[in-house]
Order: sequence, then structure tokens, then C-alpha cells
Amino acid sequence: MSVPLPYFLSLSAVLFTIGVIGVLIRRNVIVVFMCIELMLNAVNLTLIAFSSALGDINGQALVFFVMAVAAAEAAVGLAIVIALFRNKQTVNIDDMNILKW
Amino acid sequence: MSSIAQHSTSGTVTFEPLLFFFLAAMAVTTAVMMVVHRNPVVSAISLIGNFFCLAGFYLLLRAQLLAVLQIAVYAGAIMVLVVFVIMLLNLGEEQSPAFRLGFRTVIGTGLAIGFVLEMLYLFVLTPFTEPLRRDIQAGAGVGTVEAMGAALFSRYLFPLELTGMLLLAAVIGAVILAKKRLT
Repeated sequence: MSVPLPYFLSLSAVLFTIGVIGVLIRRNVIVVFMCIELMLNAVNLTLIAFSSALGDINGQALVFFVMAVAAAEAAVGLAIVIALFRNKQTVNIDDMNILKW
Repeated sequence: MSSIAQHSTSGTVTFEPLLFFFLAAMAVTTAVMMVVHRNPVVSAISLIGNFFCLAGFYLLLRAQLLAVLQIAVYAGAIMVLVVFVIMLLNLGEEQSPAFRLGFRTVIGTGLAIGFVLEMLYLFVLTPFTEPLRRDIQAGAGVGTVEAMGAALFSRYLFPLELTGMLLLAAVIGAVILAKKRLT
């Protein structure tokens, strides 16, 4: 027998929560960025699991676009990290508060 | 439907649950390691391992094209970029405490864990409606390159072109953001 759908959904929920906790507790901005990637991937897994269970290709097409947006996000996000590091010599998220009111 | 059910009960797919649990253990381990390790390079390597596990899940779910893209785009392009930036900024292990354990952080983490427990409870107990109780096998043939290409170049043609524009804008934006001085 093959793997039932709830297993994939549960695994995806666990991975997403690990990503959320990482974003909450880590201070290094690059690690926070990687945790966001992990959350994106957990959602992709949910989409593909539903897409396969329903025999519907739309979920997988959506994952394709999520991957493209993630690539764009990685390019811009890491450029922002480099620009910030050049100005403040830090990647600690607590030191980056110039946009905070 | 009947042929699909027959196929899924044949002996050829017996190893799938085993493979699933192995990959799931690997995926959770690498994800936790990414979050708790102090050295960002180790975090990045763990995340690459996690992406490979996810590609394995995509293969289990018969999404062949996305499994290849997962390795090529995520483990290949994006993580190389991340590792490159870590090397460029010369980040070692963090000396100051790597974790923020304030009042709000603890509350948020507690809420996240409660949320995932609730979700797991629901996934285990909820009887899924008919289309979702079918075998994963029902989706066989959906994720091939041929089917994905047909969908992307017909129904999703306009979003696909917009994605190209988005990537172009992201590349230009990244170059401008990371430039030494704006003139």
C-alpha cells in the first residue's frame, strides 16, 4: 500500500513549525532567511501532496511558481543582507532596527 | 479507478512507507539541526540535506519534474547563493548567544508548538472526504514533464511570462541593492 495523505500533511506541518520556531528564536539574519525557505518548502510539500491525492495538476503548477518567487526572494533578500552588512558590520537581527518606530 | 486501486495493492510499492518514514526522520533531523546549530555553514548544509529529502518526497508523490527542480533550483541555485553570502561575510560561530529567549519569543514558540499539535490531532482524527481518502497513486502521471509543460504553456502561460519578468526585476534589484555606492 502506498503512503496516506495525512502523513504528508503532518510532516509538512512539523517542518513548517520548525521553520516558524527558527524565525522566532534565531538572531543570525541568514539563518532566519533559511528558516523562511524551510517554511516555503513545507507549504510546497502540502501542495504537491494534495495535487497527487486529487490527481490535479494545478497544485504542482503553483509549486512551480512558488519556486520561482523563492528564487527571486533569495536574490533580493541576500542582496539586502550584503547591503546591511556593509553599512552596519553585523548580521544580528537585534541590531537591525532602523525601520522600527 | 479500479485499475489504480489494483496497482497500488500490488507488491511493487511495498517499500514506500518504509522510505517515507526514513525520509521523514531525515527531514525533521536536518531541519532541527539547521535551527539549533550555531555555525551558519552547518545550518546551510543541513538545509541542503533537507531539500534532498523533500525531493525524495516529491518522487514518492509522483511529481518527477518538481523533484528535479527542487534539487536544481533550491539545493543548487538558492543554497549556493546562501553559502556564497555566508563565506563572503566571513561568518563564524556566533559568540553572543545565538538564541533569543525573551518573553515574547517563548510565548510565540509555545503557540507554534500548540498549533502543530492541534494540526496533527486534526489530521489523525478527521475522516477525510472521499476524494482525499484515495491512494496517492491516483495522481500518477500528473507530475511528468509532459503534463507540467502542457499546463504551464497553456493555462498558466501568462503567469509564466510574468514569472520571467519577476526574475528579471529581482536580478536588477539585487545588483542595485548590493552595489557599493548608489550614484
